[in-house]
Amino acid sequence: MNLNLLTAHELSESLRSAKITSAHILSDLKDRFDKVEPKVRAYARQPFFKKSSSRNSVDAQLNGIPVSIKDNICSDGDLTECASRILSGFVAPYDATVVKKLKEQGALIFGKTNMDEFAFGSSCENSSFYPTRNPWDLERVPGGSSGGSAAAVAADEAILALGSDTGGSIRQPAALCGVVGLKPTYGRVSRYGLIAFASSLDQIGPMTKDVRDNALLLKVIAGHDKNDATSVDIPVPDYVRSLEKGVRGMRVGIPKEYFVEGMDPEVRQALNDAKAKLESFGVQFGEVSLPHTEYAVAVYYIIATAEASSNLARFDGVQYGFRASHKSVEKEPALISMYKQTRAEGFGQEAKRRIILGTYVLSSGYYDAYYSRALKVRALIKEDFDKVLGEFDLILTPTSPSPAFKIGEKTDDPLSMYLSDIYTISVNLAGLPALSMPCGFTKSGLPIGMQILGKPFAEEDIFRLAFAYEQNTLWHKMKPKL
Amino acid sequence: MAISKEEVKYIANLARLGLAEAEVEHFREQLGSILGYIDKLKKVDVSKIIPMAHVLDIKNVYRQDTVLPSIDPQKVLQNAPSREGQFFKVPKVIE
Repeated sequence: MNLNLLTAHELSESLRSAKITSAHILSDLKDRFDKVEPKVRAYARQPFFKKSSSRNSVDAQLNGIPVSIKDNICSDGDLTECASRILSGFVAPYDATVVKKLKEQGALIFGKTNMDEFAFGSSCENSSFYPTRNPWDLERVPGGSSGGSAAAVAADEAILALGSDTGGSIRQPAALCGVVGLKPTYGRVSRYGLIAFASSLDQIGPMTKDVRDNALLLKVIAGHDKNDATSVDIPVPDYVRSLEKGVRGMRVGIPKEYFVEGMDPEVRQALNDAKAKLESFGVQFGEVSLPHTEYAVAVYYIIATAEASSNLARFDGVQYGFRASHKSVEKEPALISMYKQTRAEGFGQEAKRRIILGTYVLSSGYYDAYYSRALKVRALIKEDFDKVLGEFDLILTPTSPSPAFKIGEKTDDPLSMYLSDIYTISVNLAGLPALSMPCGFTKSGLPIGMQILGKPFAEEDIFRLAFAYEQNTLWHKMKPKL
Repeated sequence: MAISKEEVKYIANLARLGLAEAEVEHFREQLGSILGYIDKLKKVDVSKIIPMAHVLDIKNVYRQDTVLPSIDPQKVLQNAPSREGQFFKVPKVIE
């Protein structure tokens, strides 16, 4: 058995009983990497094939387990370039809190995964390195922005991975690659050391081969952190222990606004089948309404770009990475020319588009019409969820309206790319936890994902439902032919 | 919603973002179509709604004003494109 095919919980058992060593896992990962990485290109650069665990105590929860992390999460002494030219050569001077927690539990930081530049995108085509490809069909995108993490897990080039999710960037690639991805409740996981995109929406979360690994990894990275004032100080439950509590009597809402025209018929069918299966376990379903759904994408592209334009102001050629060899411009101070030319050469097209849109909606004269109005509609979107989750434990939806699309299909049409996040975006605006997991395949062999969303800090309920479903299906055992 | 080339240039200048002439036209078109889409928010009655900047009820966090170790300055400066001694170096600002 090649160890790279196994889950972290399976490997942990064998590591504990000393049947295998961490070096075996790394060696099998290397063989797999050499074979499939030239096709998939899931990593931002060569991983670390020789690394020893920082901790060796028996109670460490991820002792000897390699973890792949997205290129926007800082790990001390490692290149962390956010798949952007403007951060080329940036070596993180400290560990993100999630990385510190992983190391404390004996995990190895194995490598950094590819992404859309600054997490701007839904396809991984906006990487300044190269596009990542979907392991199920190399002509198609893996989703994004955490497409590298999703593809690495799906292609068995990774055991566990971390992504980040601002509008669906963990869940949509998880769905398109057939893996399990969770966006935790806002405030559940520290953002310290995550290169910021939109600070009121960003969360780091686990991307794994099955639900048990997802629960295991969340338990390790969750918790309050004094370095992130928006992380919340409430106890972290034992997510793994709650998996087997059963689902009989759980109440799950299905929002009617999500099942509209434009949804792929095979996605609709897969969701209906999943619902029928869950009903047979005693789950009770009811139709619910989230009336402000149609405004979510518009609200998101105001708030997220406004916050991004502000967060990206720090990339100016002074402190990090890249500086253009600037030319002097008449009537412009040399420092201003340096800023402008560094940012012109350092940022890709999507980053520029978002900086301009974000600056526009915040600029004097437009602030009330766009930004302030978006914050108000955001409140209405959250109210919709509060009402439904007052009556139901969970909400079930598709993760993405269609399976993986072709590389290049949406690159010239930013609006159509934005609309591919239509089912995931509201969750970030409302700060809720949501998980995507495989629930079927199209006739052409592409994975389909379903999304389970829950009340704030009720990740346990999400895991219970996801685990019950996974125990009775084989989707998560399917492997792409590479 | 139409947006002019001058507006794109004005905004790009606020964001300290240099744009080639072709990019100005390209972004003008795309922003027009994105802003057209965003205009649908005008349909929502928000007259009685308080803007929500953040989902959590966050409060200011205070701590004791004590000296703690910080990141080694050499480690931070190693990422600077240009430096001199303990400083980040930038083009001359004052003539």
